Amino acid sequence: MRTISRGRRAAAASITAVGAIALLAACGTAGGGGGGTASEQEELGDFEGSVSILAWPGYVEDGSNDPEVDWVSGFTEKTGCAVVSKSYGTSDEAVSLMKTGDYDVVAASGDATLRLIAAGDVAPVNTDLIPSYAGVYDFLKEKEWNSVDGVSYGVPHGYGANLLMYNTDVVSPAPTSWDVVFDGASAYSGKVTSYDSPIYIADAAVYLMAHEPDLGITNPYALDETQFAAAVDLLKAQRSHVGEYWSDYLKEIQAFESGDSVVGTTWQVIQNVLAGEVSNTAVVLPDEGATGWSDTWMIASKAKSPNCAYAWLDWIASPEVNAQATAYFGEAPSSDAACDFRDDCEAYHAGDADYASKIWYWTTPIAECVDGRTDVECVDYSKWTEAWSEIKG
Amino acid sequence: MTSAHTTRRAPALPRASAARRGSAFLTAHPRVRLGLLLAAPLFWLVVVYIVALVLLLVTAFWTVDSFTGEIRIDWTLDNIVTVLTGALYQTVTLRTVGVAAAVTVIDVLLALPIAFFMAKVAGPRLQRILVIAVLMPLWASYLVKAYAWRSVLSQDGILEWLLAPLGLHTPGYGLTATIITLSYLWLPYVILPIYAGLERVPDSLLEASSDLGGRTWRTMRSVVLPLAFPAIVAGTIFSFSLSLGDYITVNIVGGASQMLGNLVYTNVGAANNLPLAAAIALIPIVIIFGYLALVRRTGALDNL
Repeated sequence: MRTISRGRRAAAASITAVGAIALLAACGTAGGGGGGTASEQEELGDFEGSVSILAWPGYVEDGSNDPEVDWVSGFTEKTGCAVVSKSYGTSDEAVSLMKTGDYDVVAASGDATLRLIAAGDVAPVNTDLIPSYAGVYDFLKEKEWNSVDGVSYGVPHGYGANLLMYNTDVVSPAPTSWDVVFDGASAYSGKVTSYDSPIYIADAAVYLMAHEPDLGITNPYALDETQFAAAVDLLKAQRSHVGEYWSDYLKEIQAFESGDSVVGTTWQVIQNVLAGEVSNTAVVLPDEGATGWSDTWMIASKAKSPNCAYAWLDWIASPEVNAQATAYFGEAPSSDAACDFRDDCEAYHAGDADYASKIWYWTTPIAECVDGRTDVECVDYSKWTEAWSEIKG
Repeated sequence: MTSAHTTRRAPALPRASAARRGSAFLTAHPRVRLGLLLAAPLFWLVVVYIVALVLLLVTAFWTVDSFTGEIRIDWTLDNIVTVLTGALYQTVTLRTVGVAAAVTVIDVLLALPIAFFMAKVAGPRLQRILVIAVLMPLWASYLVKAYAWRSVLSQDGILEWLLAPLGLHTPGYGLTATIITLSYLWLPYVILPIYAGLERVPDSLLEASSDLGGRTWRTMRSVVLPLAFPAIVAGTIFSFSLSLGDYITVNIVGGASQMLGNLVYTNVGAANNLPLAAAIALIPIVIIFGYLALVRRTGALDNL
């Protein structure tokens, strides 16, 4: 601390300040150290009457957005658990919201699940208490993003890819490559949109995998320094053509409606909403492949309503509800039985384990390369976060 | 009051109750009296402002576990060094200060004539109507106004429709849009103090100036502006500091641009790096302190 000799008062003030700092440091506002102490539930008790859920937009629909789209009312009728839900825009947001302890249940993607488990924010899930779990595709069970050491931390929800959306009036010919948002972005300068999250760096890596084979990228979440720098440079070049970054899906919907954005990364649900309002947008899964997500319903380790939470996990995994929810978001369901309630399972290659393996599911990048390389150290997620701020400038 | 009167009229000794003893003690000890009076507001000031600020300062020296997002109390200067030396933070700081300065200049230029008209030209009836008109936008939510500007400035918005016949185009989303929107949002906060300041300028001074041969501009420059200067400064403090901390408007109409507030927001909300966010949050605090110090040197604060 800088001390300016200005008489006793200044000295007294600085002593007070130092005292205050020492005191505060002692008390601290840091969260309690990592958990992992939570254990799975043995049996179910009475329903608590309400459950609070944190999920991606379109996952918990109670008819307030569209009266036709409602799978919450049935749950409340059946169990008496009222549902309070909040939607989030990026996995990072979900991770920090779960730290508040306000939510019983979370629907998390693969780039958030392991971080939630490591921080002790979610508890192991006793899948025996969830009858619907038996029907879930085996290739979604006990994966590295929803289980640790054979202990399941949740119930799979569905999976899908991040698609390329374009305005059919402006963007022609119809794109089949991510090229329109990277090397060819200058054609639509100022009207390109990108997903506002560090994980979007993986989209650039997927593009580089196809277009710069010399870099030797084999997994977009395992990037060494050189590969990472190439992806960041690509995104910095893209930055000058980006009109807007989006993480709020409503913002992207509005930007495509008004023509402020004409091409960029999207989710199927955004196209589904837009299709109901305008007819000049389309989506495509580009040739290079795409990043995607595989989501898991998890229960907070400090859940206030664990019984309602288990009931919700069973409800959302039951074929009819899972079909409704995944169809609305535009992703493949988690079970074959759900396909009986959907007529578009083919389009999402539901149950096709081979196709599912071609989507690069969101995973948290860590220093120990997830592609198995041991001779180099990979760039970890905190560096991705820093780089993302720098890309946006 | 009444008790004082009774005591004077009836010199009989009052009964010595506890309240009376306390009151006598307080009369004899003015410092204790002052202390008791100030205790509640001081408690509030200390807890809400000073402790919060100190906590912010302290958090900036901690670190965060990048994987789990838990805060660890490892004392380090890394965050401060990053913020001071990182090219990103310098660029964003300059951009933010630039936006705040532009908003302030625009608002003062707009507010001066409006406030002068309200204070010196308009009749009492019109004056009241104008004050209400200036306050009216404050009745609507900040978000509603920002989103309204989003649709006004959009590619198929009303501005494009108005400008297209002239061969011009809407600026689209970006820094220009941010400056326009912020200028609109903070205008009432600049008009009101300037209006209040101009109201206090006696009309007789304006008349004296014109009696002595001062023309309009001369009177403005030599009489009105110096007297209204503290009020103008008060207005600029509002628009400058509000713009400096804003992140919602730039998120809605700023396109891909970031301001300091956005960096704080992403570090708290998305990156979950509270210590770095705290370190970034210190930048606007330092700037505002610098601005206030600058203003103090002009003596404007003494006249407030």
